[in-house]
Amino acid sequence: MVTINIDGRELKAEEGQTMLEVARENGIYIPTLCYHENLAPYGACRLCVVEVSTGGRWRMVASCLYPVEEGLKVVTNSPRVINNRRMIMELLLARCSQNEVIKKLASEMGIEQTPFKSEYLENKDCILCGLCVRACEQIVGRSAISLVNRGVNREVAPPFLEPSASCIGCGSCAYVCPTGAIKMDDKDGTRVVYARNWEKEFKLKKCKVCGNYWAPEEQLEYIRGKLNLPPDFFDVCPNCR
Amino acid sequence: MDEKVAAVIDKYNADKGQLISILQDVQSELYYLPKEALIQVSDTMGIPLSQVYSVATFFKAFSLTPRGKHLINLCLGTACHVRGASKVLEQIERSLKISRGETTADYKFTLETVNCMGCCALGPVVNIDGEYFGQMSAGKVDSILNKYS
Amino acid sequence: MRKIKSLQDLEAFRNSIAEKRKLNKPCIAICSGAGCSALGCREVIAATIKEIETQKLREKVDIKTTGCPGFCEQGPLVVVYPQNILYTHVKVEDVAEIISKTVINGEVVDRLLYTDPTTGRKFVHESEIPFYKKQKRLLLGNNSNIDPNNIEDYIALGGYSALAEVLLDRSPEQVIEEVKRSGLRGRGGGGFPAGRKWESCHNAPGEPKYVIANCDEGDPGAFMDRALTEGNPHSVLEGLIIAAYAIGSHEGYIYVRNEYPVAVENATIAIKQAEELGFLGKNILGSGFDFTVRINRGGGAFVCGESSALMASLEGKVGEPRAKYIHTVEKGLWDKPSNLNNVETLANVPLIINNGADWFNAIGTEGSKGTKIFSLVGKVNNTGLVEVPMGMTLREVICDIGGGIKDGKRFRGVQTGGPSGGVIPESMLDMPVDFDELTKAGSMMGSGGMIVMDEDTCMVDTAKYFLTFLEEESCGKCVPCREGIKRMRQILDDITEGKGEERDIELLERIAATLKDTALCGLGTTAANPVLSTLRYFRDEYEAHIKEKKCPAGVCKALIQYYIIDENCVGCRLCEKACPVEAITFMGKKKPVVLDQSKCIKCGICKDVCNLEAVGVK
Repeated sequence: MVTINIDGRELKAEEGQTMLEVARENGIYIPTLCYHENLAPYGACRLCVVEVSTGGRWRMVASCLYPVEEGLKVVTNSPRVINNRRMIMELLLARCSQNEVIKKLASEMGIEQTPFKSEYLENKDCILCGLCVRACEQIVGRSAISLVNRGVNREVAPPFLEPSASCIGCGSCAYVCPTGAIKMDDKDGTRVVYARNWEKEFKLKKCKVCGNYWAPEEQLEYIRGKLNLPPDFFDVCPNCR
Repeated sequence: MDEKVAAVIDKYNADKGQLISILQDVQSELYYLPKEALIQVSDTMGIPLSQVYSVATFFKAFSLTPRGKHLINLCLGTACHVRGASKVLEQIERSLKISRGETTADYKFTLETVNCMGCCALGPVVNIDGEYFGQMSAGKVDSILNKYS
Repeated sequence: MRKIKSLQDLEAFRNSIAEKRKLNKPCIAICSGAGCSALGCREVIAATIKEIETQKLREKVDIKTTGCPGFCEQGPLVVVYPQNILYTHVKVEDVAEIISKTVINGEVVDRLLYTDPTTGRKFVHESEIPFYKKQKRLLLGNNSNIDPNNIEDYIALGGYSALAEVLLDRSPEQVIEEVKRSGLRGRGGGGFPAGRKWESCHNAPGEPKYVIANCDEGDPGAFMDRALTEGNPHSVLEGLIIAAYAIGSHEGYIYVRNEYPVAVENATIAIKQAEELGFLGKNILGSGFDFTVRINRGGGAFVCGESSALMASLEGKVGEPRAKYIHTVEKGLWDKPSNLNNVETLANVPLIINNGADWFNAIGTEGSKGTKIFSLVGKVNNTGLVEVPMGMTLREVICDIGGGIKDGKRFRGVQTGGPSGGVIPESMLDMPVDFDELTKAGSMMGSGGMIVMDEDTCMVDTAKYFLTFLEEESCGKCVPCREGIKRMRQILDDITEGKGEERDIELLERIAATLKDTALCGLGTTAANPVLSTLRYFRDEYEAHIKEKKCPAGVCKALIQYYIIDENCVGCRLCEKACPVEAITFMGKKKPVVLDQSKCIKCGICKDVCNLEAVGVK
């Protein structure tokens, strides 16, 4: 156990915890976009940056990744932190000028517009937080999509922008996406998982008992194979079992 | 193509850490990275195709589209820039009617830019098929391009 | 080839090489570096070999291809031994004369001697040339007489004796102490004390440990690492093996950027020859220490010069840096303790072992010890690689060694530190070359690029150039870098196109502050330096672009106009023929041509080809 100080409060923390975890446990607000408690932290959005000191200089670090240590002093709301958060949101707002989630988050921080020229504003939804990619890799284990290209051309995509053979249509990517850049629609026995530049369609399995469509056949086949279940295991949906 | 790719993978003992070296050697053999080659690398080495594709699109050295017969590399490093490399680039683009990163319609030339070849004292520098041309100027472009059939 | 198994073996081998070589045997050494290759040295080498054969001199005269001494603009370079006569701009047609006159008769071929561009004086020996006189070429000095593909040359000069000393007579802790005491700081840009890094890695728990030599040299305008790795790969290799021993690593990498094929080839050959002789592999020199090394090529990504990105690419992943709250010396390649040093840092190590830490820290300043190789390029008379003791002033480097500004133009600034650095103006030229001094001035030492700019360089365009570079090279992971650099570049685009606004400068400064504070890696945190330093020293130039819509240096296309200076034009038609859009019309002999502004695309070719200064820019 170590003791750290966040915004003047002395708090206990376990070795190996990150500053963000300790802050959240204690109800201290630090905004994040690319963080998810079930995935390894990535440190890409930089919204969670705070000021820290271990006795000497104060510096800015990403709280989702910074490990706690004895005597760590943290400030989450100094002018320096607020100014940096503001610029990061302004940059995101310039990229995703029409996205409701980004607009709302910016508004909560008191930012209604960005200082960049309107002719340069973009209309993207994806903020390249990587949550979808990490969920598909770390939790689902399929690595169907990845971050491709580099720099300003970076995007989330399946290989060659074609429907990925590895994608099982589980929709985890759509669930974790913070801005709705990946969506999932189930209709008439078909599921579509899609983003702006790519999509994949799946046939949904029909329950032999109630006749409702409930999950993509590919997803069920994947689980069945992994757990070595009999071929007809998923013919009946969970509600009817 | 299969055999060439397999031979490269074999040379590196299918070591996952050597993915970039493997892709470089495959590209040397095939002049670019065809989709089938990337799929073969992924299947043989047990690396998710999405990761192979990520790596292939991240690094500037790789091309996923067929390249022209002659590869023109123009240096846009600082020393070359200060000596007018951008004018040389514009002239090449004008003469070949393509932009950087593109290939001519007849697949004769591919034009790429590099952010420093290390020949800084001789800028601006152009490299065509491994042959270096130093002290380039916009006026010298056409006579050099005409040397290539 | 039998392996060398002990110190006695090594000394005996060195003596046998010396005996084989007759001291005064004539030798023609031709530089085969990438720079001279660009100027046709391969043809010169072939012609020399042919001529020696034709004149039946193969037994009497040695031919050697050597590494890059960094005097590229004067190439192809040929040195004739034993007289040590330097010939420049050597062409195929000159070869026969060099052999008959100099090699056989000992006479100098005047027209091939180096000519000082400012005085017109000719010099016979390299050491007399003003460019070389003030340099202290501890690292580069041997490049002109070592064949990088022949390990015997390196051994003959004392190579690998430092390794023998270390493996057979010192403990790893003693080696680390020596390097710490020397004060050697990283030469790749970070300037971190090498000894301390080695110590941290040595102490970090975990096996196996890795050592990596970084030859990714991404800074555009810098080619020190190229010359070292191409020209004297064994100096880097020896340093790397010593580092491995000190740290306790048995597996190493040399990471060479893809754009340096000659360096890759020469390092590969060097490793092979070192293996054959037993300097690599198992039980090196009978010491019981094992070490192997392999070469990996970069894929064309500047960001891979950053240590965690480099290590990611060695793991077969994209070159994305990661937060370094836990340092790579503790968790690096494959999450194991990894020590990464720039190749120039490593090349210093054998010198420190051979001559002692005290010798090394007697050179340089309080905070920066030893020598540094700089790539002095741009608008200066003598361009090339310059190795000087730390503490020499910028003025001495640019004026005494560089010979001042080319074509008698006015000095405006020198850019150091690559895209992470800044521009130093004339008023600060008496600053000593030192890690901390350069940082205080708003720039940094960086890897050693020194790009000299004159009155025809626009500082706003320079800032725009670096941002464009960084925008292309950003890995794209973090928001401030990916989005921030793009927005800064857009603002600079507007300023250079006459669309700048008053509030632009404040916005640039705001973005810069966030980049510095929140970007994930060094690429992002230093990305704003070129803008900030040019704003600091050349603000009036920004204001001219924004308020008056003018580019004082005559560079930014949208703000300039080419025009014909009627008094000087004789209607020679050179510009008319060269104009790619036929914007120039011939009006008759001895009459000035007419330039149609509506067609002009501002390519500048007319000004380039005019020999009478009849084309102006305003």
